[in-house]
Amino acid sequence: MQQNQMKLEFDSRSCNEGFARVAVAAFMTQLNPTLEEVADVKTAVSEAVTNAIIHAYEGKVRTIVISCRIEGEELYVEVQDFGRGIPDVALAMQPLYTTKAECDRAGMGFAFMEAFMDHVEVTSVPGEGTQVRMTKRISHDREE
Amino acid sequence: MEQVFTISGTTMTVHLPAELDHHNSEQIRKEADQLIRTKNIRRVLFDFSRTVFMDSSGIGMIIGRYKTMRFMGGMVAAVCVSEQMRRILTLSGIYKVIDIYEGIPQQMHLC
Repeated sequence: MQQNQMKLEFDSRSCNEGFARVAVAAFMTQLNPTLEEVADVKTAVSEAVTNAIIHAYEGKVRTIVISCRIEGEELYVEVQDFGRGIPDVALAMQPLYTTKAECDRAGMGFAFMEAFMDHVEVTSVPGEGTQVRMTKRISHDREE
Repeated sequence: MEQVFTISGTTMTVHLPAELDHHNSEQIRKEADQLIRTKNIRRVLFDFSRTVFMDSSGIGMIIGRYKTMRFMGGMVAAVCVSEQMRRILTLSGIYKVIDIYEGIPQQMHLC
Protein backbone atom coordinates (compact mmCIF):
# COMPACT_ATOMS: atom_id res chain seq x y z
CA MET A 1 0.00 0.00 0.00
CA GLN A 2 1.25 3.40 -1.04
CA GLN A 3 1.69 5.87 1.82
CA ASN A 4 3.11 9.36 1.95
CA GLN A 5 2.63 12.65 3.73
CA MET A 6 3.65 16.31 3.69
CA LYS A 7 3.10 19.43 5.75
CA LEU A 8 3.16 23.03 4.63
CA GLU A 9 3.22 26.17 6.77
CA PHE A 10 2.86 29.61 5.21
CA ASP A 11 1.75 33.20 5.77
CA SER A 12 -1.92 34.04 5.25
CA ARG A 13 -1.17 36.38 2.35
CA SER A 14 -3.44 36.21 -0.68
CA CYS A 15 -0.43 35.77 -2.98
CA ASN A 16 0.11 32.37 -1.28
CA GLU A 17 -3.26 31.02 -2.47
CA GLY A 18 -1.76 29.99 -5.79
CA PHE A 19 1.30 28.52 -4.11
CA ALA A 20 -0.81 26.42 -1.72
CA ARG A 21 -3.02 24.81 -4.37
CA VAL A 22 -0.11 24.15 -6.73
CA ALA A 23 1.89 22.52 -3.90
CA VAL A 24 -1.00 20.18 -3.07
CA ALA A 25 -1.53 19.45 -6.78
CA ALA A 26 2.16 18.55 -7.11
CA PHE A 27 1.96 16.26 -4.08
CA MET A 28 -1.05 14.38 -5.46
CA THR A 29 0.54 13.64 -8.85
CA GLN A 30 1.98 10.39 -7.44
CA LEU A 31 -1.62 9.11 -7.40
CA ASN A 32 -1.68 9.51 -11.18
CA PRO A 33 -4.82 11.69 -11.15
CA THR A 34 -6.73 12.95 -14.17
CA LEU A 35 -6.51 16.66 -15.03
CA GLU A 36 -10.07 17.01 -13.77
CA GLU A 37 -9.21 15.46 -10.40
CA VAL A 38 -6.24 17.82 -10.04
CA ALA A 39 -8.48 20.79 -10.90
CA ASP A 40 -11.04 19.65 -8.31
CA VAL A 41 -8.46 19.44 -5.52
CA LYS A 42 -6.88 22.78 -6.49
CA THR A 43 -10.26 24.49 -6.31
CA ALA A 44 -11.09 22.93 -2.93
CA VAL A 45 -7.70 23.92 -1.46
CA SER A 46 -8.07 27.43 -2.84
CA GLU A 47 -11.47 27.78 -1.16
CA ALA A 48 -10.23 26.59 2.23
CA VAL A 49 -7.11 28.79 2.15
CA THR A 50 -9.12 31.83 1.00
CA ASN A 51 -11.54 31.28 3.90
CA ALA A 52 -8.64 31.26 6.34
CA ILE A 53 -7.21 34.50 4.89
CA ILE A 54 -10.48 36.42 4.64
CA HIS A 55 -12.59 35.09 7.47
CA ALA A 56 -10.29 33.49 10.06
CA TYR A 57 -7.57 36.14 10.02
CA GLU A 58 -9.54 38.97 8.38
CA GLY A 59 -6.51 40.16 6.43
CA LYS A 60 -4.00 39.91 9.30
CA VAL A 61 -0.85 37.97 8.44
CA ARG A 62 -0.71 34.80 10.52
CA THR A 63 -0.01 31.15 9.79
CA ILE A 64 -1.92 28.59 7.76
CA VAL A 65 -0.96 24.91 7.92
CA ILE A 66 -1.78 22.37 5.24
CA SER A 67 -1.22 18.69 5.95
CA CYS A 68 -1.61 16.12 3.18
CA ARG A 69 -1.58 12.38 3.38
CA ILE A 70 -1.89 9.63 0.83
CA GLU A 71 -3.12 6.22 1.89
CA GLY A 72 -3.62 3.83 -0.98
CA GLU A 73 -5.93 5.61 -3.40
CA GLU A 74 -7.14 8.12 -0.83
CA LEU A 75 -5.90 11.72 -0.63
CA TYR A 76 -6.37 13.54 2.69
CA VAL A 77 -6.01 17.32 2.84
CA GLU A 78 -6.28 19.30 6.04
CA VAL A 79 -6.26 23.10 6.10
CA GLN A 80 -5.81 24.60 9.54
CA ASP A 81 -5.85 28.15 10.84
CA PHE A 82 -5.59 29.66 14.32
CA GLY A 83 -7.97 32.52 13.73
CA ARG A 84 -11.34 33.65 15.02
CA GLY A 85 -13.21 30.40 14.40
CA ILE A 86 -16.75 29.79 13.15
CA PRO A 87 -19.57 30.08 15.71
CA ASP A 88 -22.07 28.04 13.66
CA VAL A 89 -20.39 25.65 11.23
CA ALA A 90 -23.64 24.24 9.80
CA LEU A 91 -24.85 27.74 8.95
CA ALA A 92 -21.48 28.74 7.46
CA MET A 93 -21.56 25.68 5.20
CA GLN A 94 -24.94 26.53 3.68
CA PRO A 95 -24.63 27.52 0.02
CA LEU A 96 -24.83 31.29 -0.56
CA TYR A 97 -24.38 32.06 3.13
CA THR A 98 -21.73 34.72 3.60
CA THR A 99 -20.78 37.23 6.26
CA LYS A 100 -18.94 39.37 3.74
CA ALA A 101 -21.40 40.03 0.90
CA GLU A 102 -20.08 43.59 0.62
CA CYS A 103 -16.71 42.16 -0.41
CA ASP A 104 -18.29 40.28 -3.34
CA ARG A 105 -18.07 36.95 -1.61
CA ALA A 106 -20.33 34.45 -3.34
CA GLY A 107 -20.95 32.30 -0.25
CA MET A 108 -19.91 29.20 -2.16
CA GLY A 109 -16.59 28.25 -0.61
CA PHE A 110 -17.80 25.24 1.37
CA ALA A 111 -20.27 24.26 -1.39
CA PHE A 112 -17.35 24.10 -3.85
CA MET A 113 -15.26 22.05 -1.40
CA GLU A 114 -18.14 19.61 -0.98
CA ALA A 115 -18.77 19.45 -4.73
CA PHE A 116 -15.17 18.75 -5.64
CA MET A 117 -14.09 16.46 -2.79
CA ASP A 118 -15.65 13.19 -1.64
CA HIS A 119 -15.84 14.22 1.99
CA VAL A 120 -15.50 17.53 3.86
CA GLU A 121 -15.48 17.86 7.62
CA VAL A 122 -15.14 21.16 9.47
CA THR A 123 -14.33 21.58 13.14
CA SER A 124 -14.02 25.02 14.65
CA VAL A 125 -13.56 26.58 18.07
CA PRO A 126 -14.37 30.31 18.29
CA GLY A 127 -11.23 32.20 19.27
CA GLU A 128 -8.95 29.24 18.59
CA GLY A 129 -9.26 28.33 14.93
CA THR A 130 -10.72 26.09 12.27
CA GLN A 131 -9.75 22.79 10.70
CA VAL A 132 -11.09 21.72 7.32
CA ARG A 133 -10.49 18.02 6.57
CA MET A 134 -11.14 16.82 3.06
CA THR A 135 -10.68 13.49 1.34
CA LYS A 136 -10.84 12.38 -2.26
CA ARG A 137 -10.37 8.95 -3.77
CA ILE A 138 -8.17 9.00 -6.85
CA SER A 139 -9.18 5.82 -8.59
CA HIS A 140 -6.79 3.95 -10.85
CA ASP A 141 -9.51 1.72 -12.30
CA ARG A 142 -10.10 3.90 -15.31
CA GLU A 143 -9.40 3.31 -18.92
CA GLU A 144 -6.48 5.27 -20.24
CA MET B 1 2.14 42.68 -18.24
CA GLU B 2 -0.66 41.94 -20.65
CA GLN B 3 -3.53 44.37 -20.85
CA VAL B 4 -6.48 43.36 -18.65
CA PHE B 5 -9.07 45.92 -19.74
CA THR B 6 -9.92 47.13 -23.21
CA ILE B 7 -12.75 49.53 -23.98
CA SER B 8 -14.57 50.16 -27.24
CA GLY B 9 -17.52 52.53 -27.10
CA THR B 10 -19.60 51.46 -24.11
CA THR B 11 -18.28 47.90 -24.12
CA MET B 12 -15.50 46.86 -21.77
CA THR B 13 -13.70 43.55 -22.21
CA VAL B 14 -12.00 42.12 -19.13
CA HIS B 15 -9.21 39.78 -20.25
CA LEU B 16 -9.12 37.49 -17.24
CA PRO B 17 -5.77 36.10 -16.06
CA ALA B 18 -4.77 32.42 -16.18
CA GLU B 19 -5.74 31.97 -12.54
CA LEU B 20 -8.78 33.78 -11.16
CA ASP B 21 -8.66 33.44 -7.38
CA HIS B 22 -9.23 35.79 -4.44
CA HIS B 23 -5.86 37.46 -4.94
CA ASN B 24 -6.45 38.30 -8.62
CA SER B 25 -10.18 38.97 -8.30
CA GLU B 26 -9.59 41.75 -5.77
CA GLN B 27 -7.38 43.68 -8.16
CA ILE B 28 -9.71 43.24 -11.12
CA ARG B 29 -12.71 44.23 -9.02
CA LYS B 30 -11.20 47.57 -7.98
CA GLU B 31 -10.06 48.53 -11.46
CA ALA B 32 -13.22 47.31 -13.20
CA ASP B 33 -15.50 49.33 -10.92
CA GLN B 34 -13.43 52.44 -11.46
CA LEU B 35 -13.68 52.05 -15.25
CA ILE B 36 -17.40 51.20 -15.21
CA ARG B 37 -18.05 54.39 -13.23
CA THR B 38 -15.92 56.75 -15.25
CA LYS B 39 -16.24 55.41 -18.82
CA ASN B 40 -20.02 55.05 -19.12
CA ILE B 41 -19.75 51.29 -19.67
CA ARG B 42 -22.97 49.47 -20.62
CA ARG B 43 -21.63 46.04 -21.47
CA VAL B 44 -18.96 44.00 -19.73
CA LEU B 45 -17.50 40.94 -21.45
CA PHE B 46 -15.40 38.58 -19.34
CA ASP B 47 -12.90 36.97 -21.70
CA PHE B 48 -11.88 33.54 -20.38
CA SER B 49 -9.53 32.64 -23.24
CA ARG B 50 -6.46 32.66 -20.96
CA THR B 51 -8.17 31.28 -17.86
CA VAL B 52 -7.43 27.76 -16.68
CA PHE B 53 -8.33 28.10 -12.98
CA MET B 54 -11.18 29.80 -11.15
CA ASP B 55 -12.65 29.42 -7.68
CA SER B 56 -15.64 30.97 -5.90
CA SER B 57 -13.79 34.28 -5.52
CA GLY B 58 -13.92 34.64 -9.30
CA ILE B 59 -17.63 33.83 -9.25
CA GLY B 60 -18.17 36.47 -6.55
CA MET B 61 -16.30 39.07 -8.60
CA ILE B 62 -18.41 38.35 -11.71
CA ILE B 63 -21.71 38.36 -9.77
CA GLY B 64 -20.71 41.68 -8.23
CA ARG B 65 -20.12 43.27 -11.63
CA TYR B 66 -23.37 41.71 -12.90
CA LYS B 67 -25.26 43.42 -10.07
CA THR B 68 -23.63 46.76 -10.83
CA MET B 69 -24.39 46.51 -14.55
CA ARG B 70 -27.97 45.35 -14.01
CA PHE B 71 -28.53 48.33 -11.72
CA MET B 72 -27.30 50.61 -14.52
CA GLY B 73 -29.36 48.86 -17.18
CA GLY B 74 -26.36 47.18 -18.76
CA MET B 75 -25.37 43.58 -19.38
CA VAL B 76 -22.60 41.08 -18.63
CA ALA B 77 -21.47 38.00 -20.59
CA ALA B 78 -18.69 35.42 -20.41
CA VAL B 79 -16.92 34.52 -23.65
CA CYS B 80 -14.27 31.99 -24.77
CA VAL B 81 -15.26 29.71 -21.89
CA SER B 82 -13.51 26.32 -21.83
CA GLU B 83 -15.14 23.08 -20.69
CA GLN B 84 -13.34 23.24 -17.33
CA MET B 85 -14.42 26.83 -16.66
CA ARG B 86 -17.95 25.97 -17.73
CA ARG B 87 -18.07 23.34 -14.98
CA ILE B 88 -17.37 26.01 -12.36
CA LEU B 89 -19.79 28.52 -13.89
CA THR B 90 -22.52 25.87 -14.06
CA LEU B 91 -21.96 24.65 -10.52
CA SER B 92 -22.21 28.20 -9.19
CA GLY B 93 -25.57 28.80 -10.88
CA ILE B 94 -24.24 32.00 -12.45
CA TYR B 95 -25.26 30.75 -15.94
CA LYS B 96 -28.85 31.52 -14.94
CA VAL B 97 -28.18 35.26 -14.95
CA ILE B 98 -25.37 35.80 -17.42
CA ASP B 99 -24.87 34.43 -20.93
CA ILE B 100 -21.94 32.08 -21.39
CA TYR B 101 -20.34 31.45 -24.79
CA GLU B 102 -17.72 28.97 -25.92
CA GLY B 103 -16.41 31.39 -28.50
CA ILE B 104 -17.28 34.97 -29.32
CA PRO B 105 -20.83 35.55 -30.64
CA GLN B 106 -20.94 37.46 -33.92
CA GLN B 107 -22.74 40.47 -32.53
CA MET B 108 -20.06 40.91 -29.86
CA HIS B 109 -16.69 42.18 -30.83
CA LEU B 110 -13.87 41.80 -28.39
CA CYS B 111 -11.83 44.91 -28.39
